[in-house]
Amino acid sequence: MTTETLPKTPADGAQTPQIMTGAEIVVRALLDQGVTDLFGYPGGAVLPIYDALFHEPRLKHVLVRHEQGAGHAAEGYARATGKPGVVLVTSGPGATNTVTAIVDALMDSIPLVVLTGQVPTHLIGTDAFQECDTVGITRSCTKHNFLVKDVNQLARVIHEAFAIATSGRPGPVVIDIPKDVQFASGVYVSPADAKPIHNYHPRVDGDAAAIAEAAALIAGARRPLFYTGGGVINAGPSASASLRRLAALTGAPVTSTLMGLGAFPADDPAWLGMVGMHGAYEANHAMHDCDVMVAVGARFDDRVTGRLDAFSPGSKKIHIDIDPASIGKVVRADVGIVGDAGKVLDALIAAWNRSPAPAAVPERLADWWEQIDRWRARKGFAYRPSSTLIKPQYAIERLYELTKNRDTYITTEVGQHQMWAAQFYRVQEPNRWMTSGGLGTMGYGLPAAVGVQIAHPDSLVIDIAGDASVQMTIQEMSTALQYDLPIKIFILNNEWMGMVRQWQQLLHGERYSHSYSSSLPDFVKLAEAYGGVGLRTDKPDELDDLILEMIDTPRPVIFDCRVERAENCLPMIPSGKAHNDMILGEDATDMSSVIDAAGRRLV
Amino acid sequence: MSVRDKIAPEAPASAYDMGHAAEIEHLATFAVLVDNEPGVLHRVVGLFAARGYNIESLTVAETDPGARTSRITIVTRGTPHVLSQIEAQLKKMVSARHVQDVTRDPNGVERELALVKVRVVGAQRVEAKMVADIFRASIVDTTTGGFIFEITGATSKIDKFVGLMRPLGLIEVSRTGVLSIERGAEAV
Repeated sequence: MTTETLPKTPADGAQTPQIMTGAEIVVRALLDQGVTDLFGYPGGAVLPIYDALFHEPRLKHVLVRHEQGAGHAAEGYARATGKPGVVLVTSGPGATNTVTAIVDALMDSIPLVVLTGQVPTHLIGTDAFQECDTVGITRSCTKHNFLVKDVNQLARVIHEAFAIATSGRPGPVVIDIPKDVQFASGVYVSPADAKPIHNYHPRVDGDAAAIAEAAALIAGARRPLFYTGGGVINAGPSASASLRRLAALTGAPVTSTLMGLGAFPADDPAWLGMVGMHGAYEANHAMHDCDVMVAVGARFDDRVTGRLDAFSPGSKKIHIDIDPASIGKVVRADVGIVGDAGKVLDALIAAWNRSPAPAAVPERLADWWEQIDRWRARKGFAYRPSSTLIKPQYAIERLYELTKNRDTYITTEVGQHQMWAAQFYRVQEPNRWMTSGGLGTMGYGLPAAVGVQIAHPDSLVIDIAGDASVQMTIQEMSTALQYDLPIKIFILNNEWMGMVRQWQQLLHGERYSHSYSSSLPDFVKLAEAYGGVGLRTDKPDELDDLILEMIDTPRPVIFDCRVERAENCLPMIPSGKAHNDMILGEDATDMSSVIDAAGRRLV
Repeated sequence: MSVRDKIAPEAPASAYDMGHAAEIEHLATFAVLVDNEPGVLHRVVGLFAARGYNIESLTVAETDPGARTSRITIVTRGTPHVLSQIEAQLKKMVSARHVQDVTRDPNGVERELALVKVRVVGAQRVEAKMVADIFRASIVDTTTGGFIFEITGATSKIDKFVGLMRPLGLIEVSRTGVLSIERGAEAV
């Protein structure tokens, strides 16, 4: 034991060092970090921690059916609450099964603390049963990770893990705890007394000069645009409120990445819709033609920028991000501001209010808004309605209309349904939209819905799913039943891996190689087999009634919504094209000619 | 050679082709002060491998046992854009306490040590000894068949010395890689 691990004796001198087992330290540290829920799966190398949980009513443990589900559930929980998600799994396969969710959290900047059991210290390196090099495997896919070999460091490490996961650009932190450390007795230190191991102090306040420069640029702009991302959501609801204030002050339109949906209300007249490959026509054209782009907590992902040499060629770019490595990584920033999105937006508002009043918004931006209205008039999201088949877009529109006045949270899987959900489900508030953006993990939505429903037991939680994605983590239905979580799994069932089918149609000569979902389960019977409720329709005129029935069912529901099978997700910026080169639904007759050989090479 | 020589980047057609082909590559030396903990070197090396950066040389040792910090000196090569990304990514590491681009620092001092084994007999022995004297290399071992020289200096000096030894009978070289520190009385 080193002296620095001993808690400082408080001034009143009342406390003596608290000695407990490693397993008890874990539980106590989680409680002191304000954790109320954790997601996990027991196994040999974490049994002491599970034993300590047995007598701890303040920590609710949610037993998943696969460790990947624990990770995604924790992500959903974190995204919907702003609190870190906590995962507890065993060594070896328990740890490796969480890796997909850990990478997902890293890509989308979701704060997670993942506790993994490890074989006893003296067996590490011997290829023991259920041993794997967890810290080695997760080193490149975590924000940071720890192997704790000394029980006296355990509390300190856990407290630091929470600090790292939640500060700066949030991300996943893994703590690997050998079984003998869980059994050993050591000193517990509280968060207040724990001396940090690392000197980690990410910058949160933006540089004042850069903020003044940015404010002046925005004030002088004739065609300004806010391009916002998941960083605004991560900065907390107050950052979303600040974004709304600043957008109103400046009169500028707002677009957002997939991860940023909800930071700005979709009903606001200044909202242009999502940007990017399947984004709104008006949003992409505005990105291309703007003269000042204000990127807030967004990272110029390739799904957003499209062709880089034609990306917003005439604009000055202001890039606000808490991660200095994101600024200038893909697109050069004229003004880079490192800081927390909320704090920088507040500083921009203050700078705007201090500066001499710029010309009144209506006249300064009149031409810009006229142009935007012309783009809007093209109705980029238009689709051909049908009275006999359910169009997937129609299904989402109806789902939105019938749930918009309720306390609703949406999760998605990955693919066509995800893009249609982003286009047609009009998210109004932050933390209401949970999706796998960066990694694009099929199977994210169902366990994420479990996590959201744990955090918000009385809310309506809907996983907008595809028939292929949902089968990747379908076993978490069992978790939903066990904990009475009335999640709704709304499957847009087109019997295809729809996005794969679409790309094969557009780019690979309609050779539909292994993308048809043969042998789909009967989703209604599957729901019933799990103890839930199954609903199905393929008739547009039955849709509303069944959606309402789904909403009113106080149990887990799988809704098998049979939709038009060959529908493509449009509009689309084809690979290798610019923002002002979108294919609209109406042009989509000969799509294979739209993408050239160079575009075909791209992902 | 200055890393600051910025060539206007020719924007690529896609994020997948971000070669910054028109930018000129430079060598750069980063001094990274890290917490000395298990796996920390792997973090740094893994960062370079995962993002496709080159490592030309790498040295690492604990330099402050009290603070448990190690100093890693990495020589890398890249365009100005890549070098600024490397610096930003290194600074982002939780284990990194300080990152310094020594090449960009006018006060940066870089040194390398090499052990050079040559097989020389007869008149060549005199020639080798004479070259070593000029380069202020010292002899750490000698046999009737040859010498082992120890030489310290900038990388270019060692390159030159090795080049001169090659025709005389160079058989083996061991180099430390670059170490760096800043002139003056300030610490990082």
